[in-house]
Amino acid sequence: MPQQKDPPEKQSNRNDGELRVIGHPRRRVDARAKVTGQTRFADDISLPRMVHCKLLRSPHPHARIRSIDISRAAAHPGVYLVLTGKDLPIEYGILPVSQDEQALCLDHVRHVGDPVAAVIAREELIAFEALDLIKVDYELLTTISDPEEALATPVPRIHEYGDEGNIHKRVALEFGNVDQGFAEADEIFEDTFFYQGSTHLPIEQHASVATKDPDGKLTIWTSTQTPHYLHRALAKVLQMSAAHIRVIATPNGGGFGGKSDPFNHEIVVAKAALLLDRPVKICLTREEVFYCHRGRHPVLMNFKTGVKKDGTITAMHLQTLIDGGAYGSYGVASTFYTGALQTTTYHVPRYRFQGCRTFTNKPPCGPKRGHGTVQPRFGQEVQLDKIAEKLQIDPADLRLRIAESSNAVTANFFRLSTVNLSECIRRVVKSSGWRENFRKLPEGSGVGLACSAYLTGAGLPIYWNKMPHSGVQLKFDRGGGITLFCGATEIGQGSDDVLASIVAEVLGLDTFDIRLYTGDTDLGPVDLGSYSSRVTIMAGNAALQAADRAKALLAEAVAERLAVPADRLRFAGKRVFDSAAPENGLTFQEAVCLAEARFGTIGTVGSYTPPKSLALYKGGGVGPSPTYSYTAAVVEVAVNPVTGWITVPKIWIAHDIGRALNPTLVRGQIEGSVYMGLGEALMEEQEFRRLPKKLSHALVHKFPSILEYKSPTSLDMPDLFTELVEEPDPKGPFGAKEVGQGPLLPIMPAVANAVYDAVGVRIDEVPITPEKIMKALTEKKAGRAPRFGPSHFPHVEWPEALRVPPPWEGGDGNAINDVPRREKAKPHPQKEQVLSS
Amino acid sequence: MVTISLTSQKSAQIRFTLNGEQTDVSFAPYKTLLEVLREDLNHTGTKHGCELGECGACAVLLEGKPVLSCLLLALECNGKEILTVEGLGANGALHPLQEAFADLGAAQCGYCTPAILVTAKALLDQNPHPTRDQIREALSGNLCRCTGYLQIFEAVEAAVLEIAGQDNAAS
Repeated sequence: MPQQKDPPEKQSNRNDGELRVIGHPRRRVDARAKVTGQTRFADDISLPRMVHCKLLRSPHPHARIRSIDISRAAAHPGVYLVLTGKDLPIEYGILPVSQDEQALCLDHVRHVGDPVAAVIAREELIAFEALDLIKVDYELLTTISDPEEALATPVPRIHEYGDEGNIHKRVALEFGNVDQGFAEADEIFEDTFFYQGSTHLPIEQHASVATKDPDGKLTIWTSTQTPHYLHRALAKVLQMSAAHIRVIATPNGGGFGGKSDPFNHEIVVAKAALLLDRPVKICLTREEVFYCHRGRHPVLMNFKTGVKKDGTITAMHLQTLIDGGAYGSYGVASTFYTGALQTTTYHVPRYRFQGCRTFTNKPPCGPKRGHGTVQPRFGQEVQLDKIAEKLQIDPADLRLRIAESSNAVTANFFRLSTVNLSECIRRVVKSSGWRENFRKLPEGSGVGLACSAYLTGAGLPIYWNKMPHSGVQLKFDRGGGITLFCGATEIGQGSDDVLASIVAEVLGLDTFDIRLYTGDTDLGPVDLGSYSSRVTIMAGNAALQAADRAKALLAEAVAERLAVPADRLRFAGKRVFDSAAPENGLTFQEAVCLAEARFGTIGTVGSYTPPKSLALYKGGGVGPSPTYSYTAAVVEVAVNPVTGWITVPKIWIAHDIGRALNPTLVRGQIEGSVYMGLGEALMEEQEFRRLPKKLSHALVHKFPSILEYKSPTSLDMPDLFTELVEEPDPKGPFGAKEVGQGPLLPIMPAVANAVYDAVGVRIDEVPITPEKIMKALTEKKAGRAPRFGPSHFPHVEWPEALRVPPPWEGGDGNAINDVPRREKAKPHPQKEQVLSS
Repeated sequence: MVTISLTSQKSAQIRFTLNGEQTDVSFAPYKTLLEVLREDLNHTGTKHGCELGECGACAVLLEGKPVLSCLLLALECNGKEILTVEGLGANGALHPLQEAFADLGAAQCGYCTPAILVTAKALLDQNPHPTRDQIREALSGNLCRCTGYLQIFEAVEAAVLEIAGQDNAAS
């Protein structure tokens, strides 16, 4: 495969006027498949001799398994195989520090829905029938329902690992002299907030089909956002060489973070397919999807913020208490994320963060859109609204005064790239008529403003190593077509279109000239997965590099033929031509053939590794990103002061995207984020209840159905006015930053702030329901604090904080009370290190 | 503990019109139309998100009216006319709704899309010039978690104009 050194041209600085694909609203490459129903989701796959799997799940939230008798189920006609924990004893998990799951529980069930056995049968219904024939003898254990109970109940332990008792992880970080910062403040604000958990609710239920290939290897098609990590988990649990396992991520029917963990059902069907030597399928019921969960962590927060009279922040102290559910999942990262991004929106010179995640007997929480940053963003933005009111500063002006600026390094050593937060604020202030409306609308109507920042890709991988985070291969054929191979996973966000558009732009083609094979661990180079808003920047930059390398090869061959300098050639309209004399040129197909004759078979590769992080301290692995997106939103609410009924008629939003590669898809991501944020703001909650004492007193899911888990319908979606702020970011492909998650974050606090503007009550809790508004209105009428929200933050034994002096206090990114980690920033290539351990 | 004995034999049979084509199919009698379409007729364009009538992803048209195929026994469809997403286009061309959905970002993950498309078709067949509120109302039983619905509304509106234009050209 011939390769040349990279051309010196800086891709992201390309002249806008020359762009023919990028920046133009376009039909996405996979649109036809989607509108004809031909997109092949995992459950659409059916293979010859395929059999079906069902899982027996625990009816108890917390119990020991004394024994399991599978004999009757195994003898049931049509049943081919029954598996229990003994068949798959090796533990796995998404994070190296939390390898705490078993595909089938061996002796301990930790939440209602934890799987204990699997039946594989000729028909799904037979498997379902046979589940009833399995006899499990449980010894019930004390159930832990929330973090306060977890803190107070160290035994029985839900896991035998973790910091202590039922505390999974406690972290404490201090950047600068925070006490001094509070001493310098004119006013100190302290507020407690609660953010309820919610779930992703992708309309596609998780499904997987595994088969033993004719050559004995394993292939699994599955609805996963992270085929690479499933690949790792399968190799570990099945004790097979990863080279003998192929994971194909089918297009996801919605992900939102809910398909980012390796799942027990995936491992079970893989094992069953190997044992039976025939394809095995599972498709979860909707109720089971609620048990898989990995959604938004419920978080209790305490924000203490010191400010000067002009609103300048002198110090901030944030405490978070996190309800992790029954397993680790991404929880250690989630814990750090609750404290990571407070510094990336507004200048916080001194900052202390303490976070504590506990285990509880509920389905595990994990990453949902905005992963761990959504909850504290709510608290921070509502508190800023309170600060602005007390200081008698307009909340928009306060934010403009303290907004971070481009290329800043934050107190916790995150390097920002382009920051257009202020411009976003100015845009929504203007478009929404903020100056005319804020505090001026009649009783019952109100507007609220909030902002946010989000990562454009996690700067560090889950398994620390020096390899790229994403790779792209391009194959050129003599017909003038290009085939693109990449591990990136299409979950609906448009990653295939991102890849195609970048290659098409560079090589002067149409996106539909490019054939894509993505999300397949056999066919494409590794991409770490569709999480942390990383695909556009990482897979996109890899595609850009591969396309540029191909362009250089083709240009050299064409330059020779046309006898013009290579740098004068243009690639556009499926031609390669002399920009000084456009009629002098070749078709793209001719150019490919010429290059193949000159160099041999044409194929190029590209890869992307994020820049090194400055945050060298322990825990600094969570939060660094090549660049951050910024969003500002104004929400208008109508609240009935008698009933508390709340509706949202209008939202204005501005998003700092760098550059919109395909404005149609960008707008879709923003609108979808706003929609999902509105669901969390108003109605969505993953709630649990205890059965009566005379029954089992078990903790059960309150709403394991779509009917009862309320989410917004087409009738609830407000009018939305979206603006894009486009200053190409030097880190992004063609200047693009993320858009899939950031625009969700300001919605919930903006709703809360608007409710205060409308009826003068503070709802310091999400979701903001009519019932809570009514309670606060009652308090207000009674002359008490007009508020609904948590009353206190419980005592937590915090560890000694790692003390990291910020850059302006001479810090170098290391903690002064820990061993310097400068060496550790360059991990030994043979020994993979562990994320934020 | 009760073991329900359910036969999985394909003892039921119906003849119906599927996307304009007379279709005979044998299936286990307990099966829903959704299951028969997907499992016995390999028409996997129709999706499912709950199989309890909650999400709307399995909508198909029965005699031109949207129904949730997960709540309908296939046995009830004998002699009836069913339209699924596979039958929307004609002669290799997409239906104007499909074109508009593809062009305007109305399908993100595409999982709820087939059901929304047929539901929108039923709306336009009955009311060729719906208002935005009528579109909202007609699609309110179809959950979409990706788009926030707005690009779906816009696509339906664009299709309305396209269909009106085609009708004018034809007349």
